[in-house]
Amino acid sequence: MAIQTGVPVAPPETERATSLSKEEILRYSRHLIMPEVGMEGQLKLKNAKVLCIGTGGLGAPLGLYLAAAGVGKLGIVDFDVVDNTNLQRQVLFSTSDVGKPKVAAAAARLRGLNPDIEIVAHETNLTSDNALELFKDYDIIVDGTDNFPTRYLVNDACVILGKPNVYGSIFRFDGQITVFAYPGGPCYRCLYPEPPPPGLVPSCAEGGVLGVLPGIVGTIQAAETLKLILGKGDPLVGRLLLLDALGMKFRELKLRKNPECPVCGEHPTVTKLIDYVEFCGIRGEEAPSTVTNIPEITPKELKARLDRGDDLYILDVREPHEYQICNLGGHLIPLGELSRRAAELDSSREIVAHCRSGKRSADAVDFLRKAGFKKIWNLKGGILAWSDEVDPSVPKY
Amino acid sequence: MAVTVIIPTPLRAYANKQASVELQAATVGEALSGLTSQFGELKRHLFTEEGKLRSFVNVYVNDEDIRYLQKDQTKVKDGDTVSIVPSIAGGFED
Repeated sequence: MAIQTGVPVAPPETERATSLSKEEILRYSRHLIMPEVGMEGQLKLKNAKVLCIGTGGLGAPLGLYLAAAGVGKLGIVDFDVVDNTNLQRQVLFSTSDVGKPKVAAAAARLRGLNPDIEIVAHETNLTSDNALELFKDYDIIVDGTDNFPTRYLVNDACVILGKPNVYGSIFRFDGQITVFAYPGGPCYRCLYPEPPPPGLVPSCAEGGVLGVLPGIVGTIQAAETLKLILGKGDPLVGRLLLLDALGMKFRELKLRKNPECPVCGEHPTVTKLIDYVEFCGIRGEEAPSTVTNIPEITPKELKARLDRGDDLYILDVREPHEYQICNLGGHLIPLGELSRRAAELDSSREIVAHCRSGKRSADAVDFLRKAGFKKIWNLKGGILAWSDEVDPSVPKY
Repeated sequence: MAVTVIIPTPLRAYANKQASVELQAATVGEALSGLTSQFGELKRHLFTEEGKLRSFVNVYVNDEDIRYLQKDQTKVKDGDTVSIVPSIAGGFED
């Protein structure tokens, strides 16, 4: 299906600014001297209203470049506060911002960069109750969020309201970017009709992200947003850009609009926003491995048993580089290697499995019980809880 | 047919940390079962208990989604790339 791109996304005629001040002309001179932008394009930017969902890793370069470009109205949605672990990648913030609400810190920084534009800080959790109301004042929505329920919420709201959704997502060294919900183009549910059930998402085994990766992906999202406003170039509609930052390779896959998509298809069955937490938590093809029948032991209970001299075998299912950060002296078998190396374990011994926060080790206990291990427990809360409740000298990470 | 299967980062832990695997296969289905016979752990991340491909995992032959081709019956030729593309959301999920 041919999608007609190159048509700028714009607000209604009656509300548009029609001129640039002398200061604006000077500020944006490097835009104005390019035929692809010019006065006409800069006015489109001035009249554009973009809502950035999330002002974290992806939101940082996004906010900066959209503000720098002169997008007239920039909304930012985030309910979080700045944490020092954010500073490894959320380059919009300073160390002095730690503890402040992210949208306040972000708005202050962006106003410093460009005082001429309107920046609206929405310090709120995006939900099915407020999304449609929040989105209606903007022309383009940019998804810089970090969880599945919100991604489905943003997608569905964009399709219902007819607003493009500039999507970017990351994991460790991989990124994905595309433009969903453009007229005639696919939406997020055309690509992924259902979310992964919690507990089955393999990210447990390899968390973390290279700080610069959301920088690259968020910047590409900003570029796509500007192209949509200007109506120039070929936006990533119907194209999924995949980045492998380790190999520094970009690949592109075709995205098709699914005629049977429940949201944007020919006969939509989802015409209102739903409960997305439920959608992501309960629907799924297999019960998540964090079910209640995993036997657990708390850090305090474990400490008491060790102090008593009980012969417990500690199994650490984290990765070698995590073991180097801190460990309980356990025997290390990373979760991904467990099925091949389970023979190293003695099922006649009492085994306590742990990881960082208790999720991967729950998976490990589940797997080993199904393999016939009867005397095995999951350390509830992992090494993080051990640090909190038993030994604060163990660093948290 | 000699094809390359690309393993996305979240699944590399279950594929001996490899980013891609070379295999012989005539269809996408054969390539994926060849992959899961080599790396048993991958199976439950790619397939349900009934053997269906999980809906948050998409598979492409070169740049085309197999759902719009012949699904797991899609034929592959020498030099084709089979890409596994799971949904990712960013954020530190532990």
